Amino acid sequence: MRARNWELFGLIPAALLVSAGFAAVYIQRSNQLSTVSLVYGGIFLGLCVAAHIFIRITLPYADPFIFPLVAVLACFGLVMVYRINGATMARQQAQWFVFGLALFAGTVLWFRDYRRLENYRYLIMIASLVLLALPHVPGLEEPVNGAYLDIHLPGITFQPTEFGKVGLVIFLASYLRDHRQALVSGRKILGYSVPPLKHLGPLLVLWGAAMLALIVLHDIGSSLMFFGALLAILYVATGRVSFVIVGMLAFAGGAWYLGTHIPHIDARVQDWLHTYDPNVYTPLGGSQQVANGTFSMAAGGLFGQGFGQTLLVIPGTTDQYIPVPNTDMIFAVITGDLGLFGAAGLLLSYMLFVGRGFKTAMLARDSFSKLLAIGLSAVVALQVFVIVGGVTRVIPLTGVPLPFVSYGGSSILANFVLVALLLMISDRARRPQPRQ
Amino acid sequence: MNRSIVRLFGVVILLFTILVVWTSRWTVFSATSLDNNPLNQLPYFASLKVKRGAILADDGHTVLAKSVRASGGTWTRKYPYGPLFAQIVGYYFPQRGQPPTGLESSRNSQLRGVKSALTNVFGSFNGTPTVGDDVHSTIDPQAQTLARQLLQATMSSTGAISGSVVAIVPQTGAVKVLYSSPSYNDNNGSSKCKPPDCQLFFDATQGEYPPGSTFKLVTTTAALDSGKYTPSSTFNGDSPVTVSGHSLENDSNYSYGEVSLTKALTDSINTVYAPLGVTLGGNLMQEYMQRYGFGSVPPLDYPADQMHPSGEYFHGKLVPVTNPNIDLGRTAIGQAGLEVTPLQMAMVVSAIANDGKLMQPRLTSKVVNNDGQTVETIAPQEDDQVMKPKIAMQLQTMMRDVVEEGTGTSANLEGLNIGGKTGTASTGVTRDGQPLDDAWFVGFPEANPKIAVAVELTDIPNGFGGTYAAPIAAKVIQRLLAENQ
Repeated sequence: MRARNWELFGLIPAALLVSAGFAAVYIQRSNQLSTVSLVYGGIFLGLCVAAHIFIRITLPYADPFIFPLVAVLACFGLVMVYRINGATMARQQAQWFVFGLALFAGTVLWFRDYRRLENYRYLIMIASLVLLALPHVPGLEEPVNGAYLDIHLPGITFQPTEFGKVGLVIFLASYLRDHRQALVSGRKILGYSVPPLKHLGPLLVLWGAAMLALIVLHDIGSSLMFFGALLAILYVATGRVSFVIVGMLAFAGGAWYLGTHIPHIDARVQDWLHTYDPNVYTPLGGSQQVANGTFSMAAGGLFGQGFGQTLLVIPGTTDQYIPVPNTDMIFAVITGDLGLFGAAGLLLSYMLFVGRGFKTAMLARDSFSKLLAIGLSAVVALQVFVIVGGVTRVIPLTGVPLPFVSYGGSSILANFVLVALLLMISDRARRPQPRQ
Repeated sequence: MNRSIVRLFGVVILLFTILVVWTSRWTVFSATSLDNNPLNQLPYFASLKVKRGAILADDGHTVLAKSVRASGGTWTRKYPYGPLFAQIVGYYFPQRGQPPTGLESSRNSQLRGVKSALTNVFGSFNGTPTVGDDVHSTIDPQAQTLARQLLQATMSSTGAISGSVVAIVPQTGAVKVLYSSPSYNDNNGSSKCKPPDCQLFFDATQGEYPPGSTFKLVTTTAALDSGKYTPSSTFNGDSPVTVSGHSLENDSNYSYGEVSLTKALTDSINTVYAPLGVTLGGNLMQEYMQRYGFGSVPPLDYPADQMHPSGEYFHGKLVPVTNPNIDLGRTAIGQAGLEVTPLQMAMVVSAIANDGKLMQPRLTSKVVNNDGQTVETIAPQEDDQVMKPKIAMQLQTMMRDVVEEGTGTSANLEGLNIGGKTGTASTGVTRDGQPLDDAWFVGFPEANPKIAVAVELTDIPNGFGGTYAAPIAAKVIQRLLAENQ
């Protein structure tokens, strides 16, 4: 039970973060916010403790650091949403966490043995592809900044990509577990072993699917995320660097072709390369988003301007200085407020989370569990890289949520399913083996 | 498989390191260039949320400029007196896309509360300053008001199209009055200003007027301080004489015969001064003009682009009087291509009144923070010792004679012992067939030389400086001395 006590201790930083953050925002805007808003922080902490008790009962051996890290990130996100959008949206975000935790509990109770998922892998694959295609169904689609990522049902906006990513990782882990031996035992051509086409075929299909996603979703970032997860699982399954290199070249070739031929992607690349060119900056939907994000980060400096100081609304107007500050651009706001130190702390938290995921994979006793844990951790790492890299101009910007931090229901729900799976793998891996 | 996992985690660490490196790039390494990027409006937006300090008159309570709340947590400027101080204070309305002017521009950093570099390092923990400091100006509101009234009265009675009054404390350089009519309402920024009743251009610092005979003070300084002449040196005052190949006459073509230099200044005898300038030569004239500040923008704490350097202009370009195209004789009597600002002529008389020492003119005296502490004192600064004190005293006596018995008698107020010099500069312009003159008077109270004044009025038919400008100067001097008793 020692692990669970570690977990409980791990919730203390989350508690401090949420109390200090809410207090800071409240003090700054006490003229606009009611004391009720402070309650949301309290409710949120209560939820974390409830989740801890649930894990204590159902997953007693699970990694003790994964959930506290998620709680820290989620608390941080809640405070940021409270700071950016105020009480109403912080309440909604907290509500989504209630649903997220319910889904978390549901996942754990429903799939007592997550390996049952393997039986449904093709169903899961098809479901994931349908989810990815949903934003293109006429009547549901609504392009956001030219990319099709959201679907609109009455009352809610839903980002199916977030669930698609979990589904695809399950499928890939299962498929590559079965085919990994066959992939490395191919004939030698010119000194390189080439996998038999029969086994390579599905991978080529997936490469095609990633390219299709690029065309269909108009979205380099999401495709990079999916394809990167594929390569990570493939590498761990086969131990072959050559597969990764060939895969990256194939992706880069496809991305280059599409980047130069699809206007929307080309515009994103232009925004990235010529961010401070007035001709690129000035037009509506130009590089303003990226450029203003870097201006805000520059204002943040080493230690930040102070919590709540980053300018969000242009004074004297209702126009936003940084578009979508609570989702895609939230990292720029965090850096503006808390500086390089705050931003690096956030990135470190993500790295620790991914590290615990990888540790889980190493402890896991069967290939499917290993590949699944790797895939789930890698997809989080890649998602952070895609959005933070986009905001900091490492790569062209694509709007994907910053996991656990960005405002948004579907992202929270999908990520809690992801965490549930990771904890279930961990619980199984760390469970003491009966002596033989 | 576990070896692959460890290697893969190496890739994850690499990716996150790239993210941290790129974040440091924007927050630290390239931060300064981003802050200064012209597309970056954040510094401007931040400035809208700053409550700029007030600008106050020399009495410490008359508010010339203040901040008032505007929409969305921003502040805007209000100028309670509008046109009376508009030219000095200027305006600060970045919301309207108008660059700041006047003291709002030259004292911008103090008004915004920008501290020194050291405090800024610590300031970054507390966010940007949101309250600026108050700037205390040297302007005397009563004298400024009087100058405005007198100018407007004289302009409406004579038809002069503009006029300026500049008053400086010779010992400190503090500017007490700086006003030109017509002015404008700075609450409107640069908008809604229509001539002839409104003018953004500031005649006192930007006007280009021939100084006429007031410039004879500069010529006299060169003559005496070079040691070549004394006040009693004698000259032939007959009219006309030929200067630069053209005939030059005195007023009414009057011949004075043998006269002293003092008499030549008292009666403003052109036929003495023009040949004197030629004899002194371009180099000597240029030297003394530079000492007085001609040829460069005045060292006033006011935006340089709102001041005009005084001096000799040839085809629109400032040239030294040693230039062979310059008619040196007519320059010595304040004509030819000489174009000066009223501020420059006030500096000339200020140097003479301060025993030859020219102090840098200044519009502000101190900066006071929100807690009432003086955070910056703008100390008087010497600009140049234009002439030996003995020479300055000789010039003071000569100028006293001008007012006692020469062209400036209308400035001879009881008990003030004003000394001065008139100027009546022909502009070459006519109105209703009558030639127009610029009327000048520069002077100071010899009994108590605590103030030096220059008055200029533009385009008056037969605009004798002694008739129109001298009475205004005398009254402004009288008011300023009475206040500072």
